[in-house]
Amino acid sequence: MAKAKETVSRTLIVALVLSIVFSVVVSTAAVMLRPAQVKNQHLDMTTNILSAAGMLDQGDTAEQILQKFESFDVRLVDLDTGKFVKPSAVGVAEPMKYDMYKAASDPQLSTDIPSSEDKAGIKRRPNVARVYTLSENGELVRVVLPIHGYGLWSTLYGFISLEGDLNTIEGLGFYSHAETPGLGGEVDNPRWKSQWVGKKVYDGDRTEPQIKLVKGGVNVDAKKRQHKVDALSGATLTSRGVEQLVNYWMGDRGYAPFLQKLREGEV
Amino acid sequence: MADASAKQVLFEPIFSNNPIALQILGICSALAVTTSMNVTLVMCAAVIAVTAFSNLAVSLVRTQIPGSIRIIVQMTIIASLVIVVDQVLKAYAYEISKQLSVFVGLIITNCIVMGRAEGFAMKNGPWLSFLDGVGNGLGYSVLLIFVAFFRELLGAGSLFGVSLMPVVNEGGWYIPNGLLLLPPSAFFIIGLAIWGLRTWKPEQVEEPDYKMSRHVAKEAF
Repeated sequence: MAKAKETVSRTLIVALVLSIVFSVVVSTAAVMLRPAQVKNQHLDMTTNILSAAGMLDQGDTAEQILQKFESFDVRLVDLDTGKFVKPSAVGVAEPMKYDMYKAASDPQLSTDIPSSEDKAGIKRRPNVARVYTLSENGELVRVVLPIHGYGLWSTLYGFISLEGDLNTIEGLGFYSHAETPGLGGEVDNPRWKSQWVGKKVYDGDRTEPQIKLVKGGVNVDAKKRQHKVDALSGATLTSRGVEQLVNYWMGDRGYAPFLQKLREGEV
Repeated sequence: MADASAKQVLFEPIFSNNPIALQILGICSALAVTTSMNVTLVMCAAVIAVTAFSNLAVSLVRTQIPGSIRIIVQMTIIASLVIVVDQVLKAYAYEISKQLSVFVGLIITNCIVMGRAEGFAMKNGPWLSFLDGVGNGLGYSVLLIFVAFFRELLGAGSLFGVSLMPVVNEGGWYIPNGLLLLPPSAFFIIGLAIWGLRTWKPEQVEEPDYKMSRHVAKEAF
């Protein structure tokens, strides 16, 4: 017995049988569980969007979340021209199938950011982004935009939500990052996030975003306090990263052309 | 080990032969996944499942495995089980699987799993091997839960995500100890746990590698 199992043919057979059995096990698990996983990912994303928009209530069930998300219009926007594009332009059947972070590594669908302009530290920017707009009675009341950029250790991915005037921030939230827990990780702290509500992105001229994260709290009668947010204590670099990435995405290379078009009612 | 009883196999690894505290295996994930109790419990369940079933599977085919490829066979079995566990978590515990991220996949490299497959399951029957897997998984879990208890309580003022000591950032009084949220703190806690365990069970203390010989040099004058 001990001798017989050490032959070459025996070794090959055992290896082959084992590989076949376990590939079947693994692929069965992957295929059977796929629908549940896709549902989870979709629910997770809609939860993030609603939470940035401040529309998420505690104890919302999955159905309620999906139902709330139904009211949003999901569209793709060309960041350079600021115009909506058809999903077919980026090779997908519907806007929800488009992944702008995957597109950022595709040379066809993204552009290099010169390092002098790369405030957010993301190196490549997708040409097309997916935006979420909410209208009530034909009037635009809310726009949720995906944003991302580099903090201290990691890229932060999140959403920013603007009111119908396309200037007032309604909420901001990051759903994926690896900043230091307790310091930079406090970007997730609801108390800190609540400061963003009501801040203005732009000043009168409405092209250059003005957001600043300041140390030591925002004085109630400080100049330009409508643009200022208290930085995270003990997390200078994460705070700077957040400031830069918000300003990058709200600027000319980000969503400013789109917001301009939206304001003029051209799209 | 032929005369090992089922009870011994199951309970020995918990305190007497703990894989982390005595064998010092599986430290990597013990540092990484112990910031909160919820995440830790899911990780423990995943590791118990993988060690138990990989031991069972290895033991079932142990007489068929040619010696020349036995390690790669064990790896295949373990890796497949880990993928299945990862897929299940993504389907049914998505939030926690996001926090565990790569560490579920890294169960493959957890020395405990492979160590038990090679050290125990290759020589023992399926039922005992299965119990040995569960036992070692439990031993791993006990230490992880111990670490996570202190890290979450002192690092975030909560347990299972429920705030017990309201932290300053949220308007409470407790100033959380940031160190405990970082991986190195787990080293300290594991070290203290090992100290405690060896004080309780002195037979676990290792012989020192060398002893200082007595000073015998004669005075020069």
